[in-house]
Amino acid sequence: MNKNSKKAYVYKGFERFWHWNQALLIFLLAITGFEIHSSYHLLGYETAVDLHNKSAWAFIILIIFAIFWHFTTGEWKQYIPTTENLRAQAEFYLFGIFRNAPHPTKKTVISKLNPLQRLVYLGLKVLIIPVMVVSGLLYMFYRYPQDGGIEFITIDNLEIIALIHTFGAFILMAFVIVHLYLITTGHTITSNLKAMITGWEELDADENEAEKKDNEDAKM
Amino acid sequence: MSSMKNFTTAITFFLAIIAPLVIVTVALRQPDGENPQLEALKAKYPIEHQAGVDHSKMEILQQDFQNPHEITAACLSCHTERGHELMQSAHFTWEREAYIPGRGVTYLGKKNLLNNFCTGVQSNEGSCMKCHAGYGWDDKEFDFENQYNIDCIVCHDNTGTYKKAGGGAGYPVMGENGPDFKNILANVGQPKSENCGACHFTGGGGNNVKHGDLEMALLTAGRDVDVHMGVDGSNMSCVDCHTAENHVMKGRYYGVSSTNTQRMSCEECHTEFPHQKSILNEHSIKVSCQSCHIPVYAKVNPTKMFWDWSTATRKKDGKGFEVLDEEGNQVYASIKGDFEWKKNVVPEYMWFNGTADHHLMTDRVDTTQPFLKINTLNGEYRDRDSKIIPVKVHRGRQPYDTENLTIIQAKLWDKEKGKGALWLDLEWERAIEEGMAYVDMPYSGKHDFVATEMYLPVNHMVSDASEAVSCKECHTPENGRLAALNDFYMPGRDRNELLDFTGKMLLILSLFGVVVHAVIRIISARQSKLQQTH
Repeated sequence: MNKNSKKAYVYKGFERFWHWNQALLIFLLAITGFEIHSSYHLLGYETAVDLHNKSAWAFIILIIFAIFWHFTTGEWKQYIPTTENLRAQAEFYLFGIFRNAPHPTKKTVISKLNPLQRLVYLGLKVLIIPVMVVSGLLYMFYRYPQDGGIEFITIDNLEIIALIHTFGAFILMAFVIVHLYLITTGHTITSNLKAMITGWEELDADENEAEKKDNEDAKM
Repeated sequence: MSSMKNFTTAITFFLAIIAPLVIVTVALRQPDGENPQLEALKAKYPIEHQAGVDHSKMEILQQDFQNPHEITAACLSCHTERGHELMQSAHFTWEREAYIPGRGVTYLGKKNLLNNFCTGVQSNEGSCMKCHAGYGWDDKEFDFENQYNIDCIVCHDNTGTYKKAGGGAGYPVMGENGPDFKNILANVGQPKSENCGACHFTGGGGNNVKHGDLEMALLTAGRDVDVHMGVDGSNMSCVDCHTAENHVMKGRYYGVSSTNTQRMSCEECHTEFPHQKSILNEHSIKVSCQSCHIPVYAKVNPTKMFWDWSTATRKKDGKGFEVLDEEGNQVYASIKGDFEWKKNVVPEYMWFNGTADHHLMTDRVDTTQPFLKINTLNGEYRDRDSKIIPVKVHRGRQPYDTENLTIIQAKLWDKEKGKGALWLDLEWERAIEEGMAYVDMPYSGKHDFVATEMYLPVNHMVSDASEAVSCKECHTPENGRLAALNDFYMPGRDRNELLDFTGKMLLILSLFGVVVHAVIRIISARQSKLQQTH
């Protein structure tokens, strides 16, 4: 182990459970959702719808647990947006990363997200996911214009619901593409992935030491 | 400590990867086993109806009947109230009182409505009334108030030997050539499918001509043609579903009916939630059972899809003629014009709320329209009572008065030549004059032919559930069964092109972005390595 870094338990058991289940469910929802959208033919329409609806329920249950976890552990504070270092972080991804510059934001157990991640994940949590859940539930429980039923959610036209849901799906897919790529931008190509699998990650012991270490690395 | 950590890792892996897969697999398992609802129905319907009376023991029926009215009188001597009942029935009146928005209370029915097959019964009663549950309706003078004009046995003969005479205004052949009435009367009972079919299978002038889903083959075919009537299945008869209370049958044909009353529905037996999958039950809010469960009609014999009257009256060597296609279908007849026939027809689909309007003889023809609707099935997506139903659309061209802009009722039939009947004299002008005079409508002397459509809901020839229309046949972007129903958004069929384009561009740009980023990273990493080595 490098003496300038220490191994820290960054991602707790539930966090990883939540993350990987979410990954699986988003994958399933995307595969089936775009089949329902007639983008391709893969599982068969009926299976796709069935799987999509069941994955949706599993996802909702998972979200409820995740919300509970975030608030009881105080982990929600990880997503408080900040402008500090935001510009530096953006510049790092746009320029610094190619010059092997150091990560501008130090990752610690109590602050494991950089300002860009904070913004993007917060956006997912308070905007994209809720929009998908609400539009998805309306899609599911959408009442055709009909007698009886639940009057206050009677909506004359599925179109607006469907279009919002589709738009959200495209945004999520774009997120997934970028997210998958950004896995490789940790200290090493695989360090982020390993961290999310095992929970443990080598974090810089301290900012100065880290810089020193980077300098040493550069000299070598 | 380390083994503890390994254990935790294993548990996490199990929870994260294995458990969801197991849950998804279990959740996706199809509900198996028989549908208990269906099993109960299958047990109920094969039970045969047992008559409570042996009519062969009835003294009054032991006569040598010479006059069919006397037979009716004999029936009514015991069934004292049935005559009054039947005189109220559409099988006898051929009209119904109905409120139609925009028209008020109307009295419409086969008696006075137009169609685009033989166009209408008026002035042709002598022939058409072969299918009237009465005796002697050959002109406007028929007495609908005389209960002895009712024909009981046309429906209640269980021997299959009773026949009404052709061109006999509803009378059977009597005398020596007539059927054995003693035997028939000894064997009267609940109507059999043959009784109903004698008329309902042959509407339009031949087997399966009109409806497409009602034809003689239903009497002998298996479940592959109709799951209910299949002789190798429940072998149900018409009246098992079309039950009657006081001679008023359940069931509506919207070529002649107008109101959402007395309809027969699948739900009466199968309930509103017949499926084990809730997503299918949910469809039934807006989609009729028939839409999915009758994927094709006219499964055995072809049905008439197009009838062009404008080519009628052609002659060969001064005489009328007919042309048959390779399968023996009449594709041209001088007396009727050109026809098109089709077998295994995929229905067209329409919204329908159970109410219909009709183009009356007094209505104007709108020549700016591509075609005229003989009947209009009311309904749309936003209408809460509407469901999608399968429809046979019968298209045709029929005569209209180009000055008065009315559809023409021509005289087609008569007992003898020279009285203006088109089918005998093969001459339009006289046939039109006679027909229009009969219905008290003016005729300008100028006629042409107008394209018309008639909408016949398809309700029979229900297929086995395994053959039901599949999701993708409608939820598809191109050429789906519901492609013509455009007043709503349907997943899998509809999309917003701009949104889809934007979304695709977003994904392409994201992918492009990360690839470019990765490439620059790889190149710059190599360069820094090179610099280090130098």
